[in-house]
Amino acid sequence: MTLIKTSAKAQRRARTLGVVLLVSALAILLLFVPGANAGQTTTFAFNETRSEAFAIPELAFPTRAGLYLMAALTAFAGAYQLARGFTRQGAVLGIVAGLFVLAFLTWAARGQSMNLTGMMKSSLLRAIPIILAALSGVMCERCGIVNIGIEGMMLSGAFLAALIGSVANNVWVGLIGAMLGGALMAALLAVLAIKYRVNQIVAGTAINILATGLTSYFSSRYLQKYEVLNTPPTFLPIPLPGLSRIPIIGPALFNHTVPVYLTLVLVIAIQLMLFYTRWGLRTRAVGEHPRAADTLGVNVFLTRYVNVLLGGCVAGLGGAYLVLSSVARFDELMTAGKGYIGLAAMIFGKWNPVGAFGSSLMFGFADSLQTRLAILAVPIPSQFLLMAPYLLTMVVLAGVVGRSRGPAAGGQPYEKE
Amino acid sequence: MPPVLQLRGITKRFPGVLANDHIDLELEQGQVLALLGENGAGKSTLMNILYGLYHPDEGEIYVRGEKADIQGPSDAIKLGIGMVHQHFMLVPVLTVTENVMLGMESIRNGIVLDRAKAARRIRDISDQYGLEVDPEATVEDLPVGIQQRVEIIKLLYRNADILILDEPTAVLTPQEVMGLIAVIRSLVAQGKSVVFISHKLKEVLELSDRIVVLRRGRSVGATTPAESDERSLASMMVGRDVILEVPKGPANPGDVVLDVRDLVVKGDQNKVAVSGVSFQVRGGEIVGVAGVQGNGQTELIEALTGLRAVESGRVELGGRDVANASPRSITEDGTAHVPEDRQRDGLVLGYSVADNLILNTYYLAPIAKGLAMQEAAITDRADRLIKEYDVRTPTPLTPAGNLSGGNQQKVIVARELSRPVKLTIASQPTRGLDVGSIEYIHSQLVKKRDEGAAVIVVSAELDEVMALADRILVMYEGRIMGALDAAAATKESLGMLMAGVATE
Repeated sequence: MTLIKTSAKAQRRARTLGVVLLVSALAILLLFVPGANAGQTTTFAFNETRSEAFAIPELAFPTRAGLYLMAALTAFAGAYQLARGFTRQGAVLGIVAGLFVLAFLTWAARGQSMNLTGMMKSSLLRAIPIILAALSGVMCERCGIVNIGIEGMMLSGAFLAALIGSVANNVWVGLIGAMLGGALMAALLAVLAIKYRVNQIVAGTAINILATGLTSYFSSRYLQKYEVLNTPPTFLPIPLPGLSRIPIIGPALFNHTVPVYLTLVLVIAIQLMLFYTRWGLRTRAVGEHPRAADTLGVNVFLTRYVNVLLGGCVAGLGGAYLVLSSVARFDELMTAGKGYIGLAAMIFGKWNPVGAFGSSLMFGFADSLQTRLAILAVPIPSQFLLMAPYLLTMVVLAGVVGRSRGPAAGGQPYEKE
Repeated sequence: MPPVLQLRGITKRFPGVLANDHIDLELEQGQVLALLGENGAGKSTLMNILYGLYHPDEGEIYVRGEKADIQGPSDAIKLGIGMVHQHFMLVPVLTVTENVMLGMESIRNGIVLDRAKAARRIRDISDQYGLEVDPEATVEDLPVGIQQRVEIIKLLYRNADILILDEPTAVLTPQEVMGLIAVIRSLVAQGKSVVFISHKLKEVLELSDRIVVLRRGRSVGATTPAESDERSLASMMVGRDVILEVPKGPANPGDVVLDVRDLVVKGDQNKVAVSGVSFQVRGGEIVGVAGVQGNGQTELIEALTGLRAVESGRVELGGRDVANASPRSITEDGTAHVPEDRQRDGLVLGYSVADNLILNTYYLAPIAKGLAMQEAAITDRADRLIKEYDVRTPTPLTPAGNLSGGNQQKVIVARELSRPVKLTIASQPTRGLDVGSIEYIHSQLVKKRDEGAAVIVVSAELDEVMALADRILVMYEGRIMGALDAAAATKESLGMLMAGVATE
């Protein structure tokens, strides 16, 4: 019954996708083409540093012609979708979304030059804390605990990373301190949510408020006054031998600090663990139907405690990244909502680590795009530029991807009979 | 050889209830023991104790002659005891293999789940006991009968040899019940022992070697199928003589109340579910709708009650066309509806009994005065209906979800039939209910008939349709295959129509 309902929905989604593609083509023609003068060219550069094995020449092309080509490709995809239908709609959507963004960049960089490799790199870097927040969310929610407190866990992690890192004058100790900070807040969430069965949204919100209050107080009282407490050492980029010299992707992907590599490893590790190990199977079962897991002798409470604590460590790492990989100091409220964006990325990624990684990259890209465009002096108010990717995401999610379904027992306390 | 399982003096008290009162039980190896009793007699409590989900206040459990201390499900599993719960304990989004291996995972290379190995083992078990299932299928895509097989495989995978099946047939279609009975026979033939919990007399007589009857937490007797029949078992269960036939006089049909012409209704799949059905129901008669489930009965009833759009055709209720009228206007026209799924469509489980009793009249005086609800009137009505319809509830303010199935159904019947009603529609009115409640619901439907209302009863149980109806319509693939006078109908003739074979 529901199966067939979904297929009717799938048909509607397929149609919606076709229409969205055609509208995108039209948007390219109407929004971008009129802005480009006939003689203008767009230049994309690919060399970030001088470290690549060989230089890729810059790509310069007439802006208008490029835009027409992209509009034509998009329109063709839309027409094909409506007439015949693609089998891999997700991939098509991704490609066309990429085309649209490329068209936007082509327009924005008309008569100028834009460095795409630098863009990739800064997108990834800005996505790192979001990825870690999303991974933390995945670990908690997969076992049925809704974690709204990621923001607070990250903030605590950042605070302890700065404090402990400064005192020990060691980045690694700082990193461990950050995980400890996240885990402490996570322990609070776990006890409230699992043992005392407090509403998890309320418990998570309380953690955010608590973490904000505590870190702000101690920061203004001590960290901002005594510089020795707030000057942690930082991780330096480690170019991976060989890999970092590959043109384009080398500088973008393989010349980073330890926390960045660690994040990428975690994405893959958590994905594999969730779907290919005993821990993952039990975690998912507990998040979907705890009573069923319990009748088979799986310890529901233990599974949840372990996952929430590990999730807290991962969120703490997100805080550590902000302190130990970029600014080298703690500032009040420095997470600036990245924990919440991570939650959104987790949902867009359908509670999968790899999916969460992809949607985090999208948010990271949006973030870095906005600064680039400010440099290019694009005549759009920056607030609107900031909004656009999110609006697009909402349209795409509602019309094409469909409802994403979280773990069935998410947010429900488990009680033994 | 000692019995494979022996319970001695098991007693369990819940606040205010003595759920099990010194119950003794013995199960011999290779036998099927039926545990028979009405809802709330303490069958499930007893089995949950055995499976370690509850702890007894008194009493001892012996497994294969040795005293057992069962603290939790994992202890029970170690002792070779497995249980299929009434509500399945399956994770819908996981595959069959994942569900079966959960808690006892096969691992290779020290860390990676070995799905292939587990799937092989599942296939072996499937072959050995005739439990056909695809290990790679996702559980939520499987029909209920197959999900139940997965539950049984879960037990066998853990080498259980004492299998407890809690009301296994309650959710199955008649065909699936046949399949289950075959599986149980194959299990005992290969040395397994089975405790079979049920309140359905026919199955118990057909399947079991020994029968123990529970009533109000006490064991009231042990017998065998050879020494008993439906009537004697029913009176043991209920504690008094039970009339299994529905007592009713001849029908006295009056004017046509419901006139359905060429009705076409689409199902959830956007496919035609009811294709051109015409029939009439007169006041003072009960029309039974028989048929294998999924042949358009659900959609037909939903269309008649305004819950589903009518594509074409007419539905005249007392002369007014009510096709595509709102459910409220159809209700106000004098239609009572006892829905198929009482927990989903019949009640708001979190609301009190009193509030559930006014779901269809909450906006009318004396329940409402302007915008304000009249608490006194609600309480008055609840007290009156609870008494009149014999609803067993601690208080009128108890959430409906806390009542037993029979009492939930009585709340719905009280709400629907306590108004002046021209047409009563009851879908699966006694599904999952115990003998006493069935008797009661049937008598209420007959009473409505005798008061002159038109009554439609849809049931998957042929016995029920034959006992209750004056005329029987058989649905097959969205059409009415035939209409029979109940007096002339036999199981065979109905069965042919249900299978889509037209008689002359």
